[in-house]
Amino acid sequence: MSEIADKVKKIVVEHLGVDESKVTPDASFIDDLGADSLDTVELVMAFEEAFSVEIPEDAAEKITTVKDAIDYIEKQKAA
Amino acid sequence: MFRLDGKIALVTGASGGIGREIARALHAQGAGVVLSGTRQGVLEDVAAEIGAQGGAERVHVCAADLSDPAAAEALVAAAEEKAGAPLAILVNNAGLTRDTLAIRMKDEDWSRVLDVDLAAPFRLCRAALKGMLRRRAGRIVNIASVVGVTGNAGQANYAAAKAGMIGMGKSLAQEAGSRGVTVNTVAPGFVQTAMTDVLPDAQKEKLVGAIPLGRMGQPQDIAPAVVYLASDEAGWITGATIHVNGGMAMP
Repeated sequence: MSEIADKVKKIVVEHLGVDESKVTPDASFIDDLGADSLDTVELVMAFEEAFSVEIPEDAAEKITTVKDAIDYIEKQKAA
Repeated sequence: MFRLDGKIALVTGASGGIGREIARALHAQGAGVVLSGTRQGVLEDVAAEIGAQGGAERVHVCAADLSDPAAAEALVAAAEEKAGAPLAILVNNAGLTRDTLAIRMKDEDWSRVLDVDLAAPFRLCRAALKGMLRRRAGRIVNIASVVGVTGNAGQANYAAAKAGMIGMGKSLAQEAGSRGVTVNTVAPGFVQTAMTDVLPDAQKEKLVGAIPLGRMGQPQDIAPAVVYLASDEAGWITGATIHVNGGMAMP
């Protein structure tokens, strides 16, 4: 697993207080990990801070799973 | 009841009549208070006055010019650093007026009042909420004005800002409710402060004549409402506006 993926996972575990084993790539923040809409906004802000990237509102809306977040950040970092 | 021991409160406009009384009252309930305003010297005098009641180590001064967006943005962090603990209570009390009839009101009069009285409180709420939501605790009390509900000739800018503050507070209350953070408004009526001292006597008399309780308000009439909203006991009230105006308006 990439360094980015590791870090994303860690942030999700920390923020949502869920067990690490539940944070699979396909896990949906809202449906599987019990996040509400405010959690997802806070998560995106935590990603922005941790990775020094800016995630615009329309992109943030599409980040619904752990994999979505990892993919988006990897793409930003590669660019 | 209404004890605030161990809680840190930031009060903006703490050099003004209402602000200093709010700070004094919060401190008297046990809170640590961070006094903000533009006048460092006056703030230090207020701090000394409050500290003289005991608990001087719980009084801090953190001057800031809220017309500067960056200063407003940075104030919450600066206050937390001064107090050495996260912010539990934010009181947006700072405000200014630029009264004149609309047909004579310059864009600058409009935007300065909207900047300081509405945009700055928003920035402070935003900065404070980030931590409060994470900590699942917090109290925001915005000080609006009766004119935000009734309107007032000569105060189109001020009334718009204060009405905006009430709407903003209701929105933030909905956003923050799931985390146990409350956002409420206190709307003072005609209170005797430097802001109202400049009014002509004839106008003051007319205003008092419209107050069922028959007198101008004092800062001591306003502060207890803030103490209540800041307390743990007020944990099931959010998005509310408490009108403290001697009955001048009963919306």
